[in-house]
Amino acid sequence: MNWWRKDLLGLEQLSREEINLILDTAIPMKDIVQRDIKKVPTLRGRTVVNLFYEPSTRTRTSFELAGKYMGANTVNISTGSSSVVKGESLKDTAKILEVMGADVVVIRHSMAGAAQILAETVSASVINAGDGIHEHPTQALLDMFTIREEKGNISGLTVTIVGDILHSRVVRSNIWGLTKLGARVRVVGPPTLIPCGIENLGVEVYYSLEEALVGSDVVMALRIQKERQKKGLFPSLREYARLYGITRERLALAKPDCLLLHPGPVNRGVELSSEVADGAQSMINRQVTNGVAVRMALLFLLTGGAKGEAIDTGR
Amino acid sequence: MKLLIRGGRIVDPAQDMDRVGDVLVDHGKIAAVGDVIEPAGDMQVIDAKGMVVTPGLIDMHVHLREPGQEHKETIETGTRAAAAGGFTAVCAMPNTEPVMDNYSVVHYVREKGRQAGYARVYPVGAITKGLQGKELTELADLISAGVVAVSDDGRPVSNAAVMRRALEYAKPFKLPIVSHAEDRDLSGDGVMHEGTVSTKLGLNGIPAAAENVAVARDILLAEATGGKLHLAHISTARAVELVRQAKQRGVPVTAEATPHHFTLTHEAVVGYDTSTKVNPPLRSQEDVEAVIAGLKDGTIDAIATDHAPHAEEEKDVEYDLAPFGLIGLETALPLVVTKLIEPGILSWKQAVSLMSTNPARILNLPGGTLKVGSPADITVINPELRQVVSRDKLVSKAKNTPFAGWSLQGWTEYTIVGGSIVYRRQRKED
Repeated sequence: MNWWRKDLLGLEQLSREEINLILDTAIPMKDIVQRDIKKVPTLRGRTVVNLFYEPSTRTRTSFELAGKYMGANTVNISTGSSSVVKGESLKDTAKILEVMGADVVVIRHSMAGAAQILAETVSASVINAGDGIHEHPTQALLDMFTIREEKGNISGLTVTIVGDILHSRVVRSNIWGLTKLGARVRVVGPPTLIPCGIENLGVEVYYSLEEALVGSDVVMALRIQKERQKKGLFPSLREYARLYGITRERLALAKPDCLLLHPGPVNRGVELSSEVADGAQSMINRQVTNGVAVRMALLFLLTGGAKGEAIDTGR
Repeated sequence: MKLLIRGGRIVDPAQDMDRVGDVLVDHGKIAAVGDVIEPAGDMQVIDAKGMVVTPGLIDMHVHLREPGQEHKETIETGTRAAAAGGFTAVCAMPNTEPVMDNYSVVHYVREKGRQAGYARVYPVGAITKGLQGKELTELADLISAGVVAVSDDGRPVSNAAVMRRALEYAKPFKLPIVSHAEDRDLSGDGVMHEGTVSTKLGLNGIPAAAENVAVARDILLAEATGGKLHLAHISTARAVELVRQAKQRGVPVTAEATPHHFTLTHEAVVGYDTSTKVNPPLRSQEDVEAVIAGLKDGTIDAIATDHAPHAEEEKDVEYDLAPFGLIGLETALPLVVTKLIEPGILSWKQAVSLMSTNPARILNLPGGTLKVGSPADITVINPELRQVVSRDKLVSKAKNTPFAGWSLQGWTEYTIVGGSIVYRRQRKED
């Protein structure tokens, strides 16, 4: 199949075939990342702008490297230096990038729908690198790539996502993606961090971590933010870790070959004990490598790479 | 100058009237209604054949934004929009800058409305000084300046003791306390109804409980004090039920609902169109059905628009950043005709009660009927005319409507205030 979309705003709209196309395209990209000389000319002359309204190190670096490995010109704009502080609207900023000749704009924004506003404003391709608590499709794609790489297939797996489901864009994208690929998805966390009606998205809701872990093929822990405690959504990080922290003993309740994922950065001793974060089942570092490959695949597809051409891996 | 409206279907619930006939206006008052009146030389004649002739529609709940936010709307543009929508009177909410919490500002709004010369403007004063929810305003003074009710709309009175005192203090004046019933702690930083749609869109939710808790509180306070409570824009199934039960117990409570709450659900927010961002938020299908049932069985007394104009640049932003509110004056009537009368949910008489008779009764206004001697505030409606709502054609200064592109029927043909034609639909031959 060919890629036809201008933008990648979320996984809700994508078909199973489209998701598989992205994941398949990422396989040769990973080869490039693992080479000594990480550079192909595929996107030579193209410009990728990373427009980050929220602080981010790992996602921004991942996109920047993905662009550079593919030979594109990459520019980073972050809030501190941008005209947002001067009161310019998102639409006006978008139009500026457009007339400067951006081919792809990668946007990270604290508000849901921001990527869509951008996509409707510019003719450049837009990649959503996280909009509020709505979607973070590239994170879910790299999670799925990692699971598929390790397990061979996603269909039929039980994936349990632990933690702050309410405020997680990673969860929403993963739910859409994983369920489309045939996984069973469980979410588990304190009821105050489970959003209203999430079960209507085709997932099972648990409040007991132990019950949720039994039979799991994959466990994905989410980062918990300290501000949520201040808003009164749970009493303390201590109690959170006691109920929902993943330890060696708890991980043992899942299947023996269960994978452990975390989008990072990890609060050690809260979401994960150091022992499991660094343990054999942990995919955390692999996820980061795969993130670059998946983002290269997307840049390739969105700039017209899949219109029947073979992927030029420079070999 | 006399005005004769000939051959229309006259719907006036106050006289239990629904018949074809004539209406004669003389010196700004209704001089005769009902039987055929022969035109004389000193009469201007409106041929109302095929039209529905009703007492002028009254919108109990609008934001005219003046003074202070004239870039959104002015008293002139807002009342012109009202006239175009068939409204002969509007109640202007007090969240202006400065707030309508004293004689001067209320007087200013009323006078500006009079000078504009379109729909009548009835100011609604603030319950508390500066809408701060702490100290009561000088009610007697506000009444002498012309307020017909008081409300801290948009800034609900969170302190129950203050609400209790307001309901008590207003009793001798028989002045309704209009409550925007919302528990702000529960709504938090929500921007839309809390439910599956908010979860999908990643927008913070406003739970139905934020409204229900406040509606229950205010009903209990009205029951305890005997004060006159009017609940603005109720939007949840539970709120409708609470009002229904309260009325059965004899609590002095009335309620209104907006056209957007009986025509749109939270599904309309998909796509992040900020003209769907409104408070209370667009609710679930179940809530919409309950509001419609409440309108039908009389639990809800009035349809009011909560017309809330905003400038384009204010709305053309991220959903979280956009201000709450949508405009409703020019779409309310066709939405009622298309969505409630045409499908047979409401009779014309019921609709006119909700949009004229009851608002006049609740607020003790002079209009709301075509009885002889009443002010000649009349709306002439073309029930068959079908048009597509177009942002370009709106009279209001603001364009923040979620109904653009909707094909609706039942539009205003003439709006008459005090015997003068303040709006007349432009025809192709004009």
